[in-house]
Amino acid sequence: MSTSQPSKTITFISRSTPYGSGLAKACLDMVLCAAVFDQHINLVFMDDGVWQLQPHQTPQDINAKDLSAALSALPLYEVSNIYAESEALTTRGLAAEQLIIEVTPCSAEQIATLIRQSDVVYQL
Amino acid sequence: MKLTVLVYSAPYSSQAAYSAYRFTAAALAAGHEIYRLFFYYDGVHNSTALSTPPQDEFDLVQAWSELIKTHKLDAISCVSSALRRGVLDPQEAARYEKDAANLGSQFVLSGLGQLVDANAMSDRVMSFGA
Repeated sequence: MSTSQPSKTITFISRSTPYGSGLAKACLDMVLCAAVFDQHINLVFMDDGVWQLQPHQTPQDINAKDLSAALSALPLYEVSNIYAESEALTTRGLAAEQLIIEVTPCSAEQIATLIRQSDVVYQL
Repeated sequence: MKLTVLVYSAPYSSQAAYSAYRFTAAALAAGHEIYRLFFYYDGVHNSTALSTPPQDEFDLVQAWSELIKTHKLDAISCVSSALRRGVLDPQEAARYEKDAANLGSQFVLSGLGQLVDANAMSDRVMSFGA
């Protein structure tokens, strides 16, 4: 992609469990690719997507690739606007400060604001 | 308007791939430009040449192919999604020493960068099936 193409604000809403389907990995692949092409990115974890952030994952037991390793690479790709819906964390007994990556807890209203400020939204 | 259509779902598994097809046809009929069709995740199953539904059912893969051909659309199946689901073009089949290739002739295998490009160049990206 040439540098003359416009950079847009893209919000990715990741709402699937890490290994129950391929959607979490599919979303993360899109995020990393968009980051390589210098797009402005918001990444939001909500619903079951917050399970991706749980520490001590051992996916090798089910022959799955460790998604948490790829998540840890997000700072290297300069993806820093990472959010997790507070209610999704609370209802699943997850504490924002104990997750595998640093996230900003946010409300559904704040997610709605992010969506309004975005050029494109992907949710999967 | 310049549109990109992103398809996540396989034909027949859900309504979504068919809805994507209907949307694309309607957008073209209304005079919009389709910048790209991007088949991702299970959506790559829309690009297999071997889909063979019963004769009294709508042949979605054939319909996509005719739409793409008629309107000279840029139709891309995500290569990483496609390879793990067994949708290969002759080059990939040779590279991985597989017996056969099955990517439909109207489709091209390429990477997610093509989606990011489409995202940047289109007025809207319409997602179906996730």
